[in-house]
Amino acid sequence: MKRIIPMWIAIIGGFAMMLSSFVPLAESAGEMFADVFNVVAAIAFVLGAGSLAKQHLEKLSRRDAGWGYSIITLGSFIITLIIGMLKIGIHPNPIFPQAAYSGSNDSEGSAWSWIYEYMITPLTSTMFALLAFFVASAAFRAFRAKNTEAILLLVTAFIVLLGRTFAGVVLTGWFPDWASGLRLENLSIYVMQVFNTAGNRAIMIGIALGVAATGLRILFGIDRSWLGGGDA
Amino acid sequence: MTRQGKTWLIIGAVFVALLVARGMIGQGLGRVYVKRSEVIVKLPASSTSAATISWQEWKQVPPLEFDAAQKANPAQTEISFSWPRTIGLWLAAFFTLAIFSFLYADNPFYKIAESLVVGVSAAYWGVIGFWDTLVPKMFGALTPGLVKSLVQPSLLDPENMQQISMVFALILGVMMLWRLLPRGGWISAWPLAFIVGVTAGLKIVSHVESDLMAQAAATMKPLVVSVTDASGAINIWASWWASVANVLLVVGVICCLAYFFFSVQHKGVVGGAARVGIWYLMITFGASFGFTVMGRIALLAARVEFLFDDWLWLIDPNHFRGL
Amino acid sequence: MSSANFNNTNASARPWFERLDRIDRRWIFLLMFLAVSGPILWIGVTGKTLPEAPTMAARAVFEEIDHLPAHSLVLISFDYDPASAGELQPMATSLVRQCAAKNLRMVFIALWPLGNQVAQQTIQDVIRDDYPALKEGDDFVNMGYQAGNEAVMKLLLTDFAKAFPKDSRGEATSNIPMLKDVKMASNFPLLISVSAGYPGSKEWVQYVISAKNDEMNFVTGCTGVSAPQLYPYFPQQIAGLLGAIKGAAEYESMVNASLAVDGVATAPKYLQAQRRMGPQLVAHLLMVGLIIVGNVIFFARKRRGAA
Repeated sequence: MKRIIPMWIAIIGGFAMMLSSFVPLAESAGEMFADVFNVVAAIAFVLGAGSLAKQHLEKLSRRDAGWGYSIITLGSFIITLIIGMLKIGIHPNPIFPQAAYSGSNDSEGSAWSWIYEYMITPLTSTMFALLAFFVASAAFRAFRAKNTEAILLLVTAFIVLLGRTFAGVVLTGWFPDWASGLRLENLSIYVMQVFNTAGNRAIMIGIALGVAATGLRILFGIDRSWLGGGDA
Repeated sequence: MTRQGKTWLIIGAVFVALLVARGMIGQGLGRVYVKRSEVIVKLPASSTSAATISWQEWKQVPPLEFDAAQKANPAQTEISFSWPRTIGLWLAAFFTLAIFSFLYADNPFYKIAESLVVGVSAAYWGVIGFWDTLVPKMFGALTPGLVKSLVQPSLLDPENMQQISMVFALILGVMMLWRLLPRGGWISAWPLAFIVGVTAGLKIVSHVESDLMAQAAATMKPLVVSVTDASGAINIWASWWASVANVLLVVGVICCLAYFFFSVQHKGVVGGAARVGIWYLMITFGASFGFTVMGRIALLAARVEFLFDDWLWLIDPNHFRGL
Repeated sequence: MSSANFNNTNASARPWFERLDRIDRRWIFLLMFLAVSGPILWIGVTGKTLPEAPTMAARAVFEEIDHLPAHSLVLISFDYDPASAGELQPMATSLVRQCAAKNLRMVFIALWPLGNQVAQQTIQDVIRDDYPALKEGDDFVNMGYQAGNEAVMKLLLTDFAKAFPKDSRGEATSNIPMLKDVKMASNFPLLISVSAGYPGSKEWVQYVISAKNDEMNFVTGCTGVSAPQLYPYFPQQIAGLLGAIKGAAEYESMVNASLAVDGVATAPKYLQAQRRMGPQLVAHLLMVGLIIVGNVIFFARKRRGAA
């Protein structure tokens, strides 16, 4: 029962979505399932937030290593949650001033937009910006022209790195018109539109076949590994 | 004190000294100004309280505007220095440097920033999901009166089917949240099954249509192309290169697919095609690397711009301070 | 001589390539920081930017928007967050600017939770500041964010109001004048997505464009990481593609040229992508240099080992 009912839920949901693409009568069923999916996805955010709080509370109670940082995580979590859920400091909505919670959290000057501008933006942007440094270090340590394949990869990387900046124009912009195809900026376009397209297209076709096969295996109940506990 | 501790202390002291020096030179650094405006809104006729309500809004303005306003009228209060936003700006700079400090070594500042980003992001996403999706869709269908009076007076009355589907969504949502409880974790398998099934159904059709059939159709290119110029005459050179490009593309797709065919031994013709496929894939990965580098550096440039422009006021590319 | 022996010898006795190979990676980090900050300071002080020659993919984006008649509906999806704004914000700004200048009716949506706030900021910076005559509800509207990723796209295909029941002001979709005749995605002749990953450009192609290819066109701006994967869709499913900051700079220069007024300099906020190409140039040269030095070390060690 614990596995059969979820399996049938998946099968019904999946076939409803597939049929809604081909059968007009099934379109409203597909819309309904998509609408439910969107709400369940939003509840998944609540689940994520709850899991985070639970994990850090456990860490705090057990006094695991780094529990002090869990206080910071939980504290910032609770403060942000309270400010956002209660819409603290949010002005009324000019269109619906009579509704107490009609104001938008995004309004400029609110505590919520303060958190967005001075905490979320710098923290997340800088986390991503760190990768530029590690890419440089990795390129120095790992990129070795050991064989033909590696040489092809490196040469292409050089063409793209130089061709997509002004360096390409400086280095090869003087090539005569009959050799314009060999200018780095044109070579990089050629590499992207021919070789990269061919490679990524083949990968895409392979993935599409894999997705279709895996999806059908799930919807026919052949693959039940996602239910946990192996195929039954 | 350890050597690393001494290094951090020296770096910190030099940094603070530079900041103080920068603050005393020229226009100084890191300040935010805001302009006050009054908003007056008429309440609807049905309201029992006052006819209008009003509040003040504060909008960030460039320091240039503050300077101009002060020059015109030193006693003006419309544009003023903003403590909350200036503190926010300095905090943002601190967080940026705290995360960059990880490049030197893992340290408590980085860990604090990391903990903050985790906590704030999780709550932020939860709140957005609640107000933007759950309230208008789920609560709007199940408790329309409450949503109309408190949040969205323009809410339309829900249809019966909508209410039924939202009851279904609520049940699945509660079952999903059961995962947080110590027992009964298997209950969350039902909403998970729904998500897996719907996703599989969506992806099968979309992937086959867009990534298989459309891509196969796009690969069916003419191997001999004739390019005509403005006068209608065939340009042999352009035609040659266009044909070569198409041949390379078609051959490339076939050879890469041959490489991915692992159920046939890669020998003879298949082996040769697979070898060529590997070469194409290496070129693809090289191109991906080049683009990835490009992307990461742009993100770093944006952060460095923030530090030099918004915080340290070393540059003024947007002409906010008249430099 | 085996490499194990080198570990036991004095550092100064190691060959130069060994010493270079063992360099602390923090020196490389410092080089990267200098490679990016130097050009930023220089460009910030001089105001000079590098010229951009638009490529076919970027030109296609410009022309796709340019060919739309005035008052055409355009669906603009903000599928990114502040973490990718460094790359994508310049292209989003220029896209909205071209649409506003062409008097197109813009409908903004977001499929990323933080995308709505990025959209709000773009609307403020471009439309409210530079096109104040455009009225919300009649000329543009922000429908906000909806959770669900591809399920939202699926819903958009058949019922726009169900996917986005209200706008960011709280007004019901049915009450918004410019959306009176909008029932589904195909009522928009053009879809624009500025995307940082999932859900984004790829999903728009898979779930919406492939179903409605004859009825709507699609142009997109994406990060450097996603761009190579979108080239197979170009130009059959994606009519125009802006890849990474380079694509943004090319497109930005085209929009600036088309909207230039004699004797009036382009506002600096519309030169962001071109400014960022300066640090790109130096950092890319650094990357090429690092790879070359790394390989010089590799071959020197190989030759030493063979000897």
